[in-house]
Amino acid sequence: MRRFLAIVAVLTLLTGGLLATGPTQAQQYKGEIVLGAQCDRTGATQIVGTILCPGFHDYIALVNSKGGVEGYKIKALEIDHEYKVPPAVESYERHKKEGAVSMSVYGTPQIYALAAKLTEDRIPGTSPGFGSAAAADGTRYPYIFPIAATYWSQGAAAVDFAKKQLGGSLKGKKIAYIFYDNPAGREPIDVLQDLAKLEGFTMKEFAVPPPGVEMGAQVLDIAQRFRADYVIAHLFGGAPAVSIKELKRVGYPLKKVVSFVWGSAEANIDAAGGFPAAEGYHTMQFAGVGQDYPVLKEIRDMYQKQGKPAPKEMASTVFYNRGVLVAALHVEAIRNALKAKPDGKITGQDVKNGFEKISNFTLGGLVPPLKITATDHEGGGLVQIWQVKGGKFEKETDWYSAYTDVVAKHIKAAAAK
Amino acid sequence: MIHRECGVLKTTYQADMALYPLPIARWAVGALAVIFVVVLPLTLHEYYLSIGNLVWIAVIGALGLNVLVGYTGQVSIGHGAFMSVGAYTAANLATRLGSPWPVNLLAGGLMAAAVGAVVGIPSLRIKGLYLAIATLAGQLIIEWTINHVTFISGGVQASIEVPRPRLGPIVLSSQRQMYWFLLFFVILAIVATLNLVRSRIGRAFIAIRDQDIAAEIIGINIFRYKLLAFAISSFYAGVTGVLYTYFLGIANYEQFQITVSIDYLAMIIIGGLGSILGSVLGAFFVTLLPIVIRLSMEAFGDVLFSPQTVLNLIPNLRLMLFGALIVFFLIVEPEGLNRLWRNIRNYFRIWPFAY
Repeated sequence: MRRFLAIVAVLTLLTGGLLATGPTQAQQYKGEIVLGAQCDRTGATQIVGTILCPGFHDYIALVNSKGGVEGYKIKALEIDHEYKVPPAVESYERHKKEGAVSMSVYGTPQIYALAAKLTEDRIPGTSPGFGSAAAADGTRYPYIFPIAATYWSQGAAAVDFAKKQLGGSLKGKKIAYIFYDNPAGREPIDVLQDLAKLEGFTMKEFAVPPPGVEMGAQVLDIAQRFRADYVIAHLFGGAPAVSIKELKRVGYPLKKVVSFVWGSAEANIDAAGGFPAAEGYHTMQFAGVGQDYPVLKEIRDMYQKQGKPAPKEMASTVFYNRGVLVAALHVEAIRNALKAKPDGKITGQDVKNGFEKISNFTLGGLVPPLKITATDHEGGGLVQIWQVKGGKFEKETDWYSAYTDVVAKHIKAAAAK
Repeated sequence: MIHRECGVLKTTYQADMALYPLPIARWAVGALAVIFVVVLPLTLHEYYLSIGNLVWIAVIGALGLNVLVGYTGQVSIGHGAFMSVGAYTAANLATRLGSPWPVNLLAGGLMAAAVGAVVGIPSLRIKGLYLAIATLAGQLIIEWTINHVTFISGGVQASIEVPRPRLGPIVLSSQRQMYWFLLFFVILAIVATLNLVRSRIGRAFIAIRDQDIAAEIIGINIFRYKLLAFAISSFYAGVTGVLYTYFLGIANYEQFQITVSIDYLAMIIIGGLGSILGSVLGAFFVTLLPIVIRLSMEAFGDVLFSPQTVLNLIPNLRLMLFGALIVFFLIVEPEGLNRLWRNIRNYFRIWPFAY
């Protein structure tokens, strides 16, 4: 037994030594900027986290391999919080202790729980594609940055898309809204109801109770009783795949379905039986889809230079690209902050100002041409629609936002509360 | 030898009723109090205090659940929901009426107690696993209500922001200030529970747990005491929810879901059912262990693997280790950490002259 242990110990030390003496960085940086990232690789939304977070880190590694930001190295710390709130609080404090000037928060309850602290500590936190839609208001929530289309903007964009698909008018049409029955799922209802009045269509809500794997009755109702002209789906986790299967089963054409951003990934399509099974399904995206972006090529080149294969996560482009988008916007905000303060002594406040200067930063089409300002932290609420077609996602629309006046009205009403 | 029991003569009723009759216990508790109230908050970095704050919140919740599950023997999977009742009561009062936090705290606790007593009604007829399912239903009904009734949840987002608590002119916002704020209630909760379980009520709870028919025969009103147990336990839960709300500055629907109830059950089972020290140890264990595992893996992980691999490895390994350690501790001592501690203590009681 003792000899066995000794062998194990020696082997461990040897491999450790071999791995530790990898290619060393010869580059010299002026200093380090710390970025705090939270992630969920093991909890309820691990389907997202296990792909999004590697994307985030790959982009940071790419930036560092090219000499950093304005000569400074970005150090991205990551803590996995299992989609639970107490570990998120702990993780935030840990990152703050390490000197993080920007926080990439992950998860709706987590961004809610940290909102007060972020504001008190004057550290900007991002909530791309989740969290409160009201946080788009930069005057009410100065340190929260949705930086991607909120559920309200997604709802507006979905109605606009349905309108174009149904021939330019929604008058007298019937739209079904099938959603995961939690606060995030219910958030866009008010906006959708407003739009129903504005455009003269009938909107009916179909709630899918958690955990969202049982929706036969709702789908049957949509297809055969309500006879919807169009379906807007807002589901999470395993639910989008179930919705695709059920809709197919009752014979509802998938080309009359548009899904919000969390039912739009390769993983969802694969779980529904693969791309051929989901042919026609429309997906909404807040980051570009596919591998044809210069930045992704640079990441592959970076891996190649290190003699490693490109990470397998890159194949799941929807979540991976979102990770790249989040990292890129943080880096861009830090870049703006460093431009304003070249001595490198930037604080959370400087990075906040940096976020508010982001404009027309597109990363070769992967990032929408956001224009984040001191009042608009959403950056315009831009989305693209991609359709499942011929075994892959095919782009249908360019970046667009719709009914911005209606969404703005709701943001204003929320701020007044 | 100060830890000896012989020679400790109780000559007055007061001495007989003291919480800690042994001098060593008094000194140990005093020393712990000094460490936790003075030394730690004045020396540690805010980060460590933030962990402390999470532990304190868990301690109060675990104490409450232990009163119900450990002392009265009524299983409950609705603890998280009772916390949300307290949280939303306080948040609504704070935002609608602008009432100060002590009022909200009390109101949150009382509201949770009332709801808890209602959810506890089935306990009069059903026991054990059947009761667990009934309280599970309570959890789901309360969750559903908060999700759907915007009057309670303050809008479809089901989250209500509350202002930071104030103590006179001081606004309690930093982790250090929160530490003392929460610790005050932890001490209050521990002392209250210590006294509760040796009072008439506590003894009635224990009698019901051990054999409820026998308890009824010796004159304990089962109806009243079972509901009282639910009410007291839910009061603790409500207070925990309110403190959590003030700690985060927001009451949010997803903070009190069923996993929270399960986490609290795990705490008291690991700590030791029917023991106050067990609740505290369990709360410490469940909150701190993942953090400790992660910190140590971060320290050694880079030696063996590339940074990207470490990031993916740490959370998964942590879950496995966490599970394995829970199994290990429960196998070593099925009655929890409290029993483990008592075994250690009993060994040293007669040390070095064991038979």
